[in-house]
Amino acid sequence: MGNLWNTAAAARLLARLKETYDVYAPIRFPGSGCYSDTDTVRYGQPDSFEEIVWDKKSDYSFKETLLPISDTILYFTESDTRLPEPKKPRLIFLRACELNALKRLDEMYLHNGPADSYYQQVRSKAKFILMGCDRSFPSCFCVSMGTNKAQGYDGYAHLSGQELYLEFTDASLLSYTEGLEAPAASQEVAYVTDGQEPVPIPEHLPEDIALNPLWKEYSGRCIGCGRCNFVCPTCTCFTMQDIFYRDNDQAGERRRVWASCQVDGYSDIAGGISFRKDQGERMRFKVLHKVYHYKNRFGYHMCVGCGRCEEVCPEYISYIGCLHKLAETGGEAYE
Amino acid sequence: MSNPYIPFASEIKAIIPHTAIEYTFRMGYVGEVHPGQFFEVSIPKYGEAPISVSGIGPDYVDLTIRRVGRVTNEIFTYQPGRTLLMRGPYGNGFRTADYAGRELVIVAGGTGVSPVKAVIDYFGTHPQEVASLTVIAGFKSPADILFKEDIARWESQMNLIVTVDQSEDPAYRTGLVTKYIPDLTFSQLSKAAAIVVGPPVMMKFAVAELKKLGITDEQIWISQERKMCCGLGKCGHCRMGDAYICLDGPVFNYTEGKKLLD
Repeated sequence: MGNLWNTAAAARLLARLKETYDVYAPIRFPGSGCYSDTDTVRYGQPDSFEEIVWDKKSDYSFKETLLPISDTILYFTESDTRLPEPKKPRLIFLRACELNALKRLDEMYLHNGPADSYYQQVRSKAKFILMGCDRSFPSCFCVSMGTNKAQGYDGYAHLSGQELYLEFTDASLLSYTEGLEAPAASQEVAYVTDGQEPVPIPEHLPEDIALNPLWKEYSGRCIGCGRCNFVCPTCTCFTMQDIFYRDNDQAGERRRVWASCQVDGYSDIAGGISFRKDQGERMRFKVLHKVYHYKNRFGYHMCVGCGRCEEVCPEYISYIGCLHKLAETGGEAYE
Repeated sequence: MSNPYIPFASEIKAIIPHTAIEYTFRMGYVGEVHPGQFFEVSIPKYGEAPISVSGIGPDYVDLTIRRVGRVTNEIFTYQPGRTLLMRGPYGNGFRTADYAGRELVIVAGGTGVSPVKAVIDYFGTHPQEVASLTVIAGFKSPADILFKEDIARWESQMNLIVTVDQSEDPAYRTGLVTKYIPDLTFSQLSKAAAIVVGPPVMMKFAVAELKKLGITDEQIWISQERKMCCGLGKCGHCRMGDAYICLDGPVFNYTEGKKLLD
């Protein structure tokens, strides 16, 4: 059971939630698009529930709410080393595909090697509100990936017309609704189950798929901008970066910043050696991670089929097109 | 919850120069550590760099560092008595038990000698634990030879072949390490074991030469050097296929190592 919230009641609920949580949701940033007079939709802290964007897929994923683009992990002052203050708990609105991506982030940051304390600190106190999907957006292929449905959320939200339905399954979140007037209601979780162009997911790639000539096509097409990695909800790579302040070189920080396997320098080691100099090799490294190598290690695919990389590429390189080619070259597809 | 990114301070006990840009820093450290493992070494505000263990003592580890970047440039300005920050050790490293009783051949090139140096030291001082020990170490030129003092000691402890790619000086053997592999002989091929560490091209051709002698994949171990920002399986830079070099390596038996593709 949930409730239907009008603007005034929803505003009071949000104000209450914000006392405890930083509330994150996909919102519009007017004029911040790559082209003039275009907007971006990405994660921010809305001032009202009306600001949440429902009618468009966010250009960037939810991952920056848990893993900021640049995250300070240590502060240095002369000989003193200090940890950053713990972050405020987060309440995050996200789609089913992204809740599936959360499992991939957990896999890397909590289970692949020792647990990452910074991620754990934010993750353990975060609550997740699943945003219902009435329909698919361009390039979505969650149904083919099996990530159209999700588990493990703390609440469900759905907007139809002006009507906001909210259902908190988490008891602590439910307590924030006490005393607020919102008519009780009950809605099924809205998932996309059809209406998408099926994408063949290669399930039986030959061991030598990395040596297939199909990767050469991308050598000349990809410009190595890394946008596909930065919009991806499952890309987790970072680079460690130390800085000192320009006006005081006795003080500084150690940060980790997002890294891209498509950008020069990603694999450089001492002595001038670098691996995968060719963009085609980097495309292969990324794509096979999403639909082959990750599964070999963890037992399920990394890609969640959100299609953001498809939309963002300035060279119109189609990741979905690449999956079709892989399916043709030996990977038996499942539908 | 423990924070795996917090380094500890370690004092520089000694600095041993080898070449103009390669010094060994003897760092205070007490704890379990294996040859071929690595530490993330850092100077606050300059950055971190992964450095493999080149020597192990009761209260120290040797880290052989090449001066090639922002962090290592700064490290080279330090003198004994100052401290560096370290975290680790990371990676699996070499396990001497894998080579017990074997006719062991170690083929190493350039800075690739660092991660196997503690293996060489160990079997050099425990010769009874292996059936035989042969080391082929290659460097670009006489000026690039690392661990000269150790090499002088190794001469009497093992069958040692030090070679440089090119030199006019007749005092040096010349040629790539692969030139010396066909001459290797084993009393029992099934007891042979080989460790190969160096630049990717050198490892590829050295393994090919070893296999020509009849040595199988199971008898060969390699160590991979990759970019590692975390050492904890998180940053992603060291991944090759489904392996994370920092967690699953850097040492691989060749049955696994041959599958790794960048």
